[in-house]
This record gives sequence, structure tokens and C-alpha cells, in this order.
Amino acid sequence: MSSLAARRRHPAAILLVLLLGLVITGGLYAALAPKNADAAPDNSKTVAAGQKLFQSNCASCHGLDAAGGDGGPSLVGVGAAAVDFQVSTGRMPLANPGIQAQRGPVQFSNEEISQLAAYVASLGPGPGIPSKDLTSGGGDIAKGGELFRVNCAMCHNFAGSGGALTRGKFAPNLMDVSGQQIYEAMETGPQSMPVFNNSNLSPQDKKDIISFLMNVKTETSPGGWTLGSLGPVPEGLFAWTIGIGMLIVIAVWLGKKAA
Amino acid sequence: MSDTTTARSTADALRADDKKEAPAGNGGPVGAVANWVDERTGAAKGVRFLLKKVFPDHWSFMFGEMAMYSLVVLLITGTFLTFWFVPSMGETTYNGSYVPLQGVQMSEAFASTVKISMDVKGGLLIRQIHHWSALIFLVSIALHMFRVFFTGAFRKPRELNWIIGLLLAMLSMVEGFIGYSLPDDLLSGTGIRAMQGFILSIPVVGTYISYFLFGGGFPGHDIIPRFFTIHVLLLPAVLVGLFTAHILLVMVHKHTQYPGPGRTNKNVVGFPLMPVYAAKAGGFFFVVFGITTLIAGLVTINPIWAYGPYEPTMVTAGSQPDWYMGFADGALRLLPGFLEFTVLGFTFSFNIMIGAILMIPILWTIMGAYPFVEAWVTGDKNEHHILDRPRNQPTRTGLGMAAITFYGILFAACGNDIMAIKFNMSINDITRAFQIGLIIMPPIVFWVTKRLCLSLQRADREMVLHGRESGRIVRTGRGKFFEAHQNLDDFQRWPLVAYDAHAPIELPSATDENGVRRKGARKDRMRARLSHYYFKDRIEPVTPAELEAAHHDGQAHEAIESHPDEAEQGLMHGGAEEIGEAHAYGHPGEHADAGKN
Repeated sequence: MSSLAARRRHPAAILLVLLLGLVITGGLYAALAPKNADAAPDNSKTVAAGQKLFQSNCASCHGLDAAGGDGGPSLVGVGAAAVDFQVSTGRMPLANPGIQAQRGPVQFSNEEISQLAAYVASLGPGPGIPSKDLTSGGGDIAKGGELFRVNCAMCHNFAGSGGALTRGKFAPNLMDVSGQQIYEAMETGPQSMPVFNNSNLSPQDKKDIISFLMNVKTETSPGGWTLGSLGPVPEGLFAWTIGIGMLIVIAVWLGKKAA
Repeated sequence: MSDTTTARSTADALRADDKKEAPAGNGGPVGAVANWVDERTGAAKGVRFLLKKVFPDHWSFMFGEMAMYSLVVLLITGTFLTFWFVPSMGETTYNGSYVPLQGVQMSEAFASTVKISMDVKGGLLIRQIHHWSALIFLVSIALHMFRVFFTGAFRKPRELNWIIGLLLAMLSMVEGFIGYSLPDDLLSGTGIRAMQGFILSIPVVGTYISYFLFGGGFPGHDIIPRFFTIHVLLLPAVLVGLFTAHILLVMVHKHTQYPGPGRTNKNVVGFPLMPVYAAKAGGFFFVVFGITTLIAGLVTINPIWAYGPYEPTMVTAGSQPDWYMGFADGALRLLPGFLEFTVLGFTFSFNIMIGAILMIPILWTIMGAYPFVEAWVTGDKNEHHILDRPRNQPTRTGLGMAAITFYGILFAACGNDIMAIKFNMSINDITRAFQIGLIIMPPIVFWVTKRLCLSLQRADREMVLHGRESGRIVRTGRGKFFEAHQNLDDFQRWPLVAYDAHAPIELPSATDENGVRRKGARKDRMRARLSHYYFKDRIEPVTPAELEAAHHDGQAHEAIESHPDEAEQGLMHGGAEEIGEAHAYGHPGEHADAGKN
């Protein structure tokens, strides 16, 4: 012990301590770093079917090898989650190029979507499709609400009713998307949306947010008709039309009584 | 016997309406109490004055009443809310019955508002009545202002009351803003944050005012308690005081009335306050309260539980103020960014300051000055108790519509983000369209409105001179066809001809008798020019002579054809000249279907 103490001022000691620090940090990171909830089925048959689908439906923009092409970005490393989100919401295949891909009718069956996802996932590591227990609610609603207000409400509005972005882009309404799609959107950051990876919002946080949104969707409004949960604009509109309109009708009626 | 009985019962029936008791002084228990009060307060005189007060009746006169009753509703429901509201920024953890907020850190103000909404019986209803009532209060104030402006009710002697009304409108807006800031929810916190930004945009002193108002940095612990005192004590007292002055002046001036037969500048035609008007107006209070309650019971307003508590790190898309502050928010959205610049290391944010700090005082000054400007332009020093029909003042009506357009575009611009998502448009395009519209639309609307007014006046003239097209085709003995026109009766004609068309003021000579430039010549020139602009293309009301002439040559023969009563014609000729202009309108001949109405 004393010999160790005596050598603590040895020129190599600082290097040793640094090394030790790095090893511990690296080891801890490797052990504790959030992992992608992937595990896409690496079935070569599925991948092959997905490749076929890809080449006939997607390659015109994304390139034959999905490395990007005429107007479409490279899909190497976007992961199965991105494919599942884009295709299962009907955004892809893109109906027409515009400011922002719009939701639309879904073009593929669930099986086809998973084949496509498997193919793209095989091109490079990326976020996988989240497991069911993370996307079907059951989390902490109150915590999810707070996280939603901090991270999401500035674009999607306090009740997930959506909001405007610049030049015709917009954050869509969240009331008609599934928990899985919300989770995948957070992981992959489609279009103008930032990526909320697992170090940003842990899988549990994402689960809480999804639970909060599910609650917003299902809870009955204690105050009555919500007017679309869009804030004071529809309220003002209501006051100026129906509200004052009813009073004017009565006033006209009372005024008529005079003559 | 039967004859006598019948006779007696008939006589009794005739006397049934007679008062049974002599009009004695005691007047029963009510009279006794009234007498007791009168002997000690001398109230009888004032009460008699009030109860005999005559109010004219028209639906457009009820906007002020709507505002008054909404104010009463606001005072009642607001008092109820203070029983539970905790005006404190103290931190607390919510553990009430609303699950989605359980365990969330929030201010006591927000927690108590959630408690009112979720746990206090009837609390949410009262909150929603209070908030809806505030919106309707300001809508009715705005409509009342429009009515007063377009009918010229701000003219002498009511200029002061117009200014009191403007103050009431502005303070009501401030009162509303502070009221919806109180719950400290996500939306209102954003509103207060924006307000702090407005204050900071004032050069030099902005920072100091902000620190003074917030008692330190934003948000601090002082702002909610301070706003509470202002909202429930200071501004209500000022509002009620100003409102009392407003209504007292109405009593003093007597209410204005629309032009009509028998209505002059010296009388008021209508019902006395007691009992007819009191019943009507009192009933209208319950209608206003009832409709507000109905809306509040069915439609959510300001769902603070859904907004969640405010944290300075949070904001929601679609953050707008309540509608009455919308035009100021819209101005902020339309002001171009280049108005923010840096001089010598200091930033000047005029893109914010113009819309948020300067605009309201400027607009209110213009509105307050208008009655005096118009009086100067018309040179009219008379009292006016008969209202103008808006078409008879084309320039004023045009200016008013242009102002409403300006306001309306600012107001609409406040909802540009909601329009963008609801109509799938680019928010940038919407904003640019509003910016252009704000500049070019008011003049266009002014011109269109003025032209419409002039056309309506011409239509009125046509109507007075030639009557209504009856749709009845008459064939004369010689085989000639024409459409019979049905002349207006006196009651219909009166409002169409009883107005003043101001002639432009003549420009006095710029020099005095010695050829020296007079003092104020430039002012006179400007006045003459303005007056010319106001009234150059006026339409004069039909004069009795014109009316008579029209009946002679144009329509008279129709009347003869359909009603060959020469005696009537004779009456018409002589009547107008004999009894003078003032009564002439009342006595032109009875025509085809007069008396039907």
C-alpha cells in the first residue's frame, strides 16, 4: 500500500488514471447505453420479398439499392421503424412530391410492410419496430403529459391537435395515429420532426407520452364540446357567431315587440 | 226584475276597471315602507325621475345592455370564483381528482383552478360562465361601439360619453387579459411571457418596468398576486365607476332615437322605464345570463386542465390570446422583422413595440378624436338626439368600415397558424396576404361603402319621389300600359327624408379686408378641403317641393287612374304649402293603399 502511495507521483500515474477512467466510462457505457428496441426478423426470405417490393415500388426515387436517388434520400441505416412509420401511415409511396408527405390510404398489407421494413433494416443498423408493451399505453399519464408539453406541444399543440410550421409544413394531428406510429416517429424524426432517441427520451418516457396521448383521445371532456382543442381562436369565433348571434336574435325579437 | 239586474250588471261591468279604493295617501304596506324611506332619504324624487325615464326601443340599442348584463354576470360569477382561487405562485404538487395531473408540480394558482374545475361542485360551470361572459361582454362592447359610431350617436352632446366608452372598452380588454392570466396554465403563462416581451421592447425603460412589474425576473412569485388584486379589485372598481358615469350621462342626455314620425331632437319616443321597459330589460338580463349559461354548460372554454401548468420551458402550438387581444397579436404577426435593429450595441425591437405597446394608444386616440374632427369638418354646433341612418353619412360610414376592415385583418392575422393547418395553406403566404390586405383593403372598403351609401340614398330618393313598384300593370283607356307605383305613406316616408345633408364649408377669404394674410388661413383651407371631401358628393333629402313636383308630373296620373279622387289631389297641393316645411311631410295626399300599414 505504501509502495503504491509512494508511486502516486510517478509520471506514468496520470496516464494510468486516465486509462482507467476511460475503461470504466467505456465499460459502463457499453453496459448501460440504451439499446435500440430492434430485433427485426432477419429472415432472408422476408428480406428478399421486401427487396422485390422495394424495387418495384420505391426504387424510382430511392434508387435500386436504396442508396438514394432521384429526389429520394438514402435509406441505408434508417431502420425498420422509419419504413413502418412512413408506409403504414400511407405517406410512402409518396403520392405526389410536395412540401410535406401527407397521410393517405395505406398501399401495402401489414405483411408487405414488414417485408419492406426487413429489407431496409438489412441494409444497415437502425431503429427497429418497438415492442408492443411500449406502444400500447399503461404508462404514467401525468409524467407523459409533462414530457409532451416540454417536447411536443410547441408543434403538435397541447392536446395533439396539430399546429402550423413554416411554408405550408405542419405538425399533424396525433389523435388518429397508433401508439406504434408515434413511437416510431419519435425514434426516426420524419420530415420536420426532430429525432427523440433513447438518450433523449427513454423508452419508458416514450411509453408515458403515448399513454398521455391515448388518455387525451379517450377521456371525456368535462367542459363539454371542445371546439377541436385548438385554443382561443375557435372560442372567439364561437362567441362572435353563435354566442352573440343568439343574443341578437332575442334583441331583435324584443325590439319588434315595441311596434 | 230581470231588467234591473241586467242594467246593474252592465253598469258594474263598465265600472269593473275603476279603482275601488280612493287614491289615499297611505298606499298600503308598500307605500308605508316607501314613505318611510323617502322621509329619511328623499329618494322619491330621484326614483320618480328614473321610473318615468323614457327609452326608445330598437334592437341595436341592446348591445350596451348586453354588455351591462354581462358585466353583472361577470361580477356574480367572479365573486364565486374568488372563494376557491388561491392567487399564489407557491409550488405545490397536485393530488386532486384529475388523474392526468396527479403528482405534477404546479403553482397554487393553477392547482386551485383545477380544483375549481374538477372538485368544486358547479365550479367548472361557473368558470366557464365567467369566461364565456367575458368574451360576450367584449363582443357586445364592440358592437355597441359600432352602433354608436355608425349612427352618429357620438355627436354633441355625447362626445364625452364616447370617450368614457372608449376607456371602458380598453380597460375591459386589459381586465380580460389579466383575468385569463390568473390560472397560470400553459396558455396564460405564455401570454404573460409575451406581455413581458412587449414591455422589454420599450427602449431604455422596458427592462426596469419589467423588473418592477414582476418584482424581479420572469416569472417570479409576485405577478399572480398582483394581477389578482388588479383583476378583482382595482379594475372592477374603475370599470364600475366609469360605467356608472356612462349610464348617468345617458340619463342626462336622454337616449338617442332613430328618425321617425313624431321624433324630434326635443323628445324621446318610447316606453317609460316602469313598468314596460323595466320588464323588458329585466327579462333581457335573464336572457343574457341564460344564454351564457347555456353556452357554458355545453361548450368548453379555456380547458386549463388540458393545457397543464405553465413552465417557462413550455409552449403550445396555437398560442393565442382571447379574441379581444387578437388584433394586437395579429399586428405582431404582421409587422416585418426588419423593424428590429441594433444601434451602438443596443437592440431596438420596433417590430414588437409598434404592435404591442404603441398601437392601442394610437388607435384609441384616433377614435377619441373622431367626434371632434367630424364636428370641425361639418361646422355643426347643434345638439343631436336623432340618430343618423348610416347611409346618410357616406363618408363617416366609409371611414368606419375602413377602420373595421383594418381591425378585422389584424384580428384575422392572429389566427394565421390555425388557418394554415385548417385550410392546408402556407403560413407565410397567409401572413403576406394579410400584410398586403392591411394596406390596400381599407381604402377599397372605404370607397365601396361610400358608393353603396350614395346609391342607397339615391334609392331612397327614388322611393320617396316615385313610390314602391307595385308590380300592378295598368292599362289606360287609350291603351297605354304602365306599372302603378304605390306611394309611401307618411310613416314610411319620414325616415327617408328627415336628415341633414351637410354642405361643404365655404373657404373664407385667406386675406382680411386689407389684403393681409389672415391668421389660421391654412387651417381654414384644410378644413374646407376636408369638408369638401366629406360632403362634395352628398345626396340631398327630398324637399317638399320636389315631392310635390314629382306627384304632379310623374306619378300623379297613376294615382288619378287608380283612384280618381280629385279632392285628395287638391289636398296634397295646398297642404304642403299651407302648413310649412316642418309639417309638410305629414300631409301629402293619401294614395292608393295608404292606411293599409
